[in-house]
Amino acid sequence: MAGRVDALYFLLLGVSIFFALLIAGLIVYYAIKYRRRTADEIGARIHGGMALEVTWSVVPLLITMVFFVWGASVYFAMARPPEDTLNIYVVAKQWMWKFQHLDGQREINELHVPVGRNVKLIATSEDVIHDFFVPAFRTKVDVIPGRYVSAWFHATKPGRYQIFCAEYCGTRHSGMTGQVVVMEPTEYQTWLSGGAPEGSLASAGEKLFQDLACITCHRGDAQGRGPVLQGLFGKIVELQGGGTVFADEAYIRESILMPGAKITAGFQPIMPAFQGLISEEQLLQLIEYVKSLQAQPQNTNK
Amino acid sequence: MADHAGAHPAAEHPAALAHQFDDLEQQKEASTLGMWVFLVTEVLFFGGMFVTYAVYRNAYPGAFAAGSRELDVMLGGINTAVLITSSLTMALAVHAAQTGNRRALVWLLVATMALGGVFLGIKSVEYYHKLVEHHIPGPGFRFAEAEYLKHAQIFFSLYFMMTGLHALHMIIGIGLMLFMLRWAWNGTITTEYYAPIEISGLYWHFVDIVWIFLFPLLYLIGRHV
Amino acid sequence: MTPTVLLPLRHYLNDGYGVKSWLLTRDHKRIALLYLAAVTFFFFVGGAFAVVIRLELATPAGDLVSDETYNKLFTMHGVMMVFFFLIPVIPSVLGNFLVPIMIGAKDLAFPKLNLFSWYIYMLGGLFTLYALVAGGVDTGWTFYAPFSTVSSTTNVIPTALGIFITGFSSILTGLNFIVTIHRMRAPGLTWFRLPLFIWSTYATSLINVLGTPVIAITVLLVAAERLFHFGFFDPTVGGDPVLFQHLFWFYSHPAVYIMVLPAMGVISELVAAGCRKPVFGYHFVAFASLAIAVLGFLVWGHHMFVAGESVYAAMIFSILSFLVAIPSAVKVFNWTATMYKGAVSWETPMLYAYGFIGLFTIGGLTGLFLATIAVDVHVTDTYFVIAHFHYIMVGGTIMGYLGGLHFWWPKISGRLYNEALAKVSAFIIFIGFNLTFFPQFVLGYLGMPRRYHAYPPDFQVLNVLSSAGASILGVGYLIPMVYLMWSLRYGPLAGANPWGAAGLEWTTTSPPPTENFAETPVVDSEPYQYPARVEEYFG
Repeated sequence: MAGRVDALYFLLLGVSIFFALLIAGLIVYYAIKYRRRTADEIGARIHGGMALEVTWSVVPLLITMVFFVWGASVYFAMARPPEDTLNIYVVAKQWMWKFQHLDGQREINELHVPVGRNVKLIATSEDVIHDFFVPAFRTKVDVIPGRYVSAWFHATKPGRYQIFCAEYCGTRHSGMTGQVVVMEPTEYQTWLSGGAPEGSLASAGEKLFQDLACITCHRGDAQGRGPVLQGLFGKIVELQGGGTVFADEAYIRESILMPGAKITAGFQPIMPAFQGLISEEQLLQLIEYVKSLQAQPQNTNK
Repeated sequence: MADHAGAHPAAEHPAALAHQFDDLEQQKEASTLGMWVFLVTEVLFFGGMFVTYAVYRNAYPGAFAAGSRELDVMLGGINTAVLITSSLTMALAVHAAQTGNRRALVWLLVATMALGGVFLGIKSVEYYHKLVEHHIPGPGFRFAEAEYLKHAQIFFSLYFMMTGLHALHMIIGIGLMLFMLRWAWNGTITTEYYAPIEISGLYWHFVDIVWIFLFPLLYLIGRHV
Repeated sequence: MTPTVLLPLRHYLNDGYGVKSWLLTRDHKRIALLYLAAVTFFFFVGGAFAVVIRLELATPAGDLVSDETYNKLFTMHGVMMVFFFLIPVIPSVLGNFLVPIMIGAKDLAFPKLNLFSWYIYMLGGLFTLYALVAGGVDTGWTFYAPFSTVSSTTNVIPTALGIFITGFSSILTGLNFIVTIHRMRAPGLTWFRLPLFIWSTYATSLINVLGTPVIAITVLLVAAERLFHFGFFDPTVGGDPVLFQHLFWFYSHPAVYIMVLPAMGVISELVAAGCRKPVFGYHFVAFASLAIAVLGFLVWGHHMFVAGESVYAAMIFSILSFLVAIPSAVKVFNWTATMYKGAVSWETPMLYAYGFIGLFTIGGLTGLFLATIAVDVHVTDTYFVIAHFHYIMVGGTIMGYLGGLHFWWPKISGRLYNEALAKVSAFIIFIGFNLTFFPQFVLGYLGMPRRYHAYPPDFQVLNVLSSAGASILGVGYLIPMVYLMWSLRYGPLAGANPWGAAGLEWTTTSPPPTENFAETPVVDSEPYQYPARVEEYFG
């Protein structure tokens, strides 16, 4: 991906240098060749030329359209993560980066990833807008409070790569830096098994699910006062009052924080709101837990 | 330039003609165009808030309908009628100015201002109700339908912002009318020079039209849900 | 042999003395000078902040000032420069002075409103200066929520109010220009006989009138959210911080065209006069100004490619951003073509014009990098963007302004400045500017983010080059202050038309009388017509 961005960048650079030199050159050339020699000299009475006007409107237009199409196609690939990604959650806060691996590993300001794999980051902010920027990967995404954004990259060489925060976020904005540590697969495995004291995100989420009494209404069967969550993730949900929504991370998050926003069809708006009562990390754990809930096989006799 | 006063009789240089214009007609056209341009800027100004309203109404329809139900439709409706009537008196005032009817002009301007005052009075009553019912956004906000507690704050923030700025424009309008009243009273307004009344009228009608949009958007949604 | 030059007996500068005659003037020319004093003041305040910023950035560690102070410095630099210098400068100084004269009118349509606009500008400036001395603001000139609404502990509200108030100055000036250009042109002056500076000013005024109200309501919403805890952009009550960005950039993108269009208008005049021939493709240049104004309203999303815009919105904004580059390119080609077979002058105003064309071209081309979404993802929020907009704002607008100031200085003051010193300063400014900002393109590509107080040591060499350039640039800006002021008293008298240029402003005395013309001119030809014998223009 970085290679594709660079190729485009250098084409732009080449075209820019060409036109800049052309204009600068023409100006210097005309300024010298046609310089005013006497105080009362006047210029030739030329008003314009349609052919030239059309040419220098159409040619730049064509050139810019080439940039647009090429740039848009590379961007399309950047904006659509591939299917088989290693997902890592990112929580930005003034002035640090918190990373959560699915199996429970937590890191601050350092992100360990294996080389040669597609890594997708799902990020949110606890306070103001930050921006996750890794120049070496040509990856950048604004990290916004109140929602999830994602970006993906594919590291091709082991090493340490700079992370910057690239959206001004207050006093220690320039100190909010870190490193992506790209490791060979075997080393990465070793690092992973270095242990996550609380277990995976999903298992921590399961514990929260019980501690926060979600299980009282969201039972595994259709008798509960809340919708069944098994197999929910990734499906289309029908809402009270018509309309549908796609059950992704953002939907789960909103349903926990502000359940009144989208009521599932056929249910009452009785779920309590957890806004202010639950941290971003706990939200990630719950989301991973819900994701892990497989659809139950249908029982024909009930 | 120094001796042109002798060359041009007073009839061609009415007192009301400003020095940068050639004649009263150019002056009137310029003033009118100026007021229209100003009103366009006002459209963009209120437009920013209407866009914000549209975005959040689309995101939180339930909360907005619930918030709307908390507003007093009767008072809002009366205010709408009051403003439309004031536009009528304003239009009649412009006509009175054009036909040189000084008495009518003065009374119609007074009526317009009075109606504007009634509007502001009723608005104050509504604001007071909102204060008492804890519908002012911020830490003291309370809302009966608990699931809309957060999003209804956005509705009320927009309510206060939009009606507040509208009320401010009304106050400025009444101030403008005071000036017009003074000019009507002391004879500055004549059948040749009535442009100020006309362009003040334009401003007044504009403020009225903003309310015509505000009223349904804020008061009337979700009435029959 | 040139005849002896005399000052006219009565002109706008000696038509009434004393502070009251200036502070209560209705004369557009005096108001232009009131603005000149004010914008120059704000320019040097903003410039002082830039000096400290570049001093800090000469070393990688944040050792000159604290984080908080640095954040306030770049914020105030941006606020002062954008709202109090770049947006008003050419319309309020050169526009106010020249628009009535160039169209043969005695004054603008609404002289009292014009004076009122200056007072509003000063009031807004006062609020912002208050915020400065009360401890500053640290949100960045872009005031992104929720940092500006919830997190920042600095003087956001006075600054927001200062910008709100000053915005009305822009709106009213734009309104004044639109009405004046529509209704007060001299007999025979049809639209396509207008000088291109008027076309640019007209296009700029359209943007001023349509765009500024949106920033007005946006800063008001920010102030209201801070003051009353309204929840427009606060995610904890369901508000959307990205909505702020849409509202903000809806104005702030057209704002950059407010900054550059008038400079382009100046360049058209300078190139025509400097080559003594009509601008090549007059109609195309005129329509290009309008096209830039219209298209400029449709591209704001290109500031938000990584901010959470949908992929399809991003594509639309990208293609429109490429389209808006085309009319600018057309202008550059037309100016260059004007020089062909011209009688090309090397006097100072013309030097600034060449500088503008070259630097604006570079700035505009780097805009293409930013319009290309995939590349923008890498370079947005880095020094690449800073370099891009400084090339346009400083290499473009400021050079255009200085060129125009020098060109019309004899008309404004009745005096000639020292040409040798002026050429030297232009040269110093050009060198200093490029040394300051060209390295920043490289810095940005290498990944140095914006608004960074301290940076990794790898970036130091380029930063040192940039800071060295800044000190040269600063000196370059100070020198004109000196020789221009000096010329007011000791400069040789200029006469009506020292450049031998075509244009209504050169047919009246230098300085002009209060009412601009002894008799209302009648126009019967296209602009930029040079007679066979230019001598008849001199004196």
